[in-house]
Amino acid sequence: MPERKIRVMVAKPGLDGHDRGARILARCFRDAGFEVVYTGCHQTPEQIASAAVQEDVDLVGLSCLSGAHRVLFPRVVELLREKGASDITVIGGGIIPEQDLPALYDSGIKAIFTPGASLDSIVDWIKTNIKPQ
Amino acid sequence: MDSTIKKICDGDVRSASRLIRDIEDKLPDARAKIKKLYAHTGKSFIIGITGAPGAGKSTLTDALITEFRKKNKTVGVLAVDPTSPFTGGAILGDRIRMLRHAEDTGVFVRSLATRGALGGLSQAAGNAIHVMEAMGKDIIIVETVGIGQQEIDIINHAHSVVVVLVPGMGDEIQTMKAGLMEIADIFVINKANRAGAKQLQTELTSMLNLSPKTADGWKPPVVMVGNAFEPAEFAKDTAGLAKKIGEHHLYLQKSGKLNERMHRKAMTEIRDALGACLMEPVLHSLMESGELEKFSEKIRNRKTDPYSVAEEITEKFFQKRGKA
Repeated sequence: MPERKIRVMVAKPGLDGHDRGARILARCFRDAGFEVVYTGCHQTPEQIASAAVQEDVDLVGLSCLSGAHRVLFPRVVELLREKGASDITVIGGGIIPEQDLPALYDSGIKAIFTPGASLDSIVDWIKTNIKPQ
Repeated sequence: MDSTIKKICDGDVRSASRLIRDIEDKLPDARAKIKKLYAHTGKSFIIGITGAPGAGKSTLTDALITEFRKKNKTVGVLAVDPTSPFTGGAILGDRIRMLRHAEDTGVFVRSLATRGALGGLSQAAGNAIHVMEAMGKDIIIVETVGIGQQEIDIINHAHSVVVVLVPGMGDEIQTMKAGLMEIADIFVINKANRAGAKQLQTELTSMLNLSPKTADGWKPPVVMVGNAFEPAEFAKDTAGLAKKIGEHHLYLQKSGKLNERMHRKAMTEIRDALGACLMEPVLHSLMESGELEKFSEKIRNRKTDPYSVAEEITEKFFQKRGKA
């Protein structure tokens, strides 16, 4: 049987231009053998959800360093659900205080990676949890 | 009608993007779906945008989407980026230039990785175009991977080909070379505010003046496009480009050249489909059985040669069946 290639999207929602981390991740996912749609900074959750559906990705990785993750991350999950794409996994990363984690997980974010998380641990998480059908 | 096919014909983005992925991943079911879809294809106008990496193909594509949307045309975009020969991974970064259209339901942008194809497109590109055609997109823009001189598969898929050049990539001799410089229906000199643009324009024009003219002659225009960071001027230039593309479309229809191109496209599709029906099952079977590895070893040790191997394989898979 032919094998499915994992497709992921790396996106930065909101007013946050610090994309070094997101770019490093995109590059690292490329080296892990994934096809990575990189969409850059300053996006609305609507743009992200719409692009994720158009690109048929398995996973959306959101990066946010501005502190707006509590609003922006859950909104992406919600919009994907509205578009009938709740099978697309959403994970997040950035400067995210520990006390915010439970609410984010409750909203449907499947994993959160904060400063100090190794690139390998993120790739491993994806390889373990994302099995495209 | 098959429910997936119906959804795609109704414009459902999810089903369309998934079928494109099935085609990319070479799922057996995908071929059957394309067969059913095919009757609904062939009505869109297909524009190819090609040129070197960083020449501005994605930015121009974005501007063209804006122009076509002003005329209420629906637009599909296939944007190709390279696959790593080492890891199989890819960065698909073209749509970053087209973000302002992300929420417009009249625009569908899908990125493709080359997955080893060397002609500037992906093997899935032809059928991905068909999926967008079936969705009813009026215009489909196919943006190739950043190319050099010879990766010109786009001519087998697009009706009009736009070659994007930038100043400073070499002297007049480069404009005389075969390949890329021959396939343009329209030339763009992008970043035309930079030094050397005028010279490139002169060189291109004198090259084009030497080209043999056809009776109903279309002479590829050279469109200068200035700095993208001067939005007003840039928009004016790219509106001019959209106009030239429209003129070329009309020319193709009136001159009968459109038929020639459709013929070339059909030939490519037959060749590709034959490859998929003949070559792929053979290679797959040889790989599964381990024979391919053994052939490789024999070739490496010079116990045989590639032609003898190919003849043996042909004998085994085809002639035997033919004789039976």
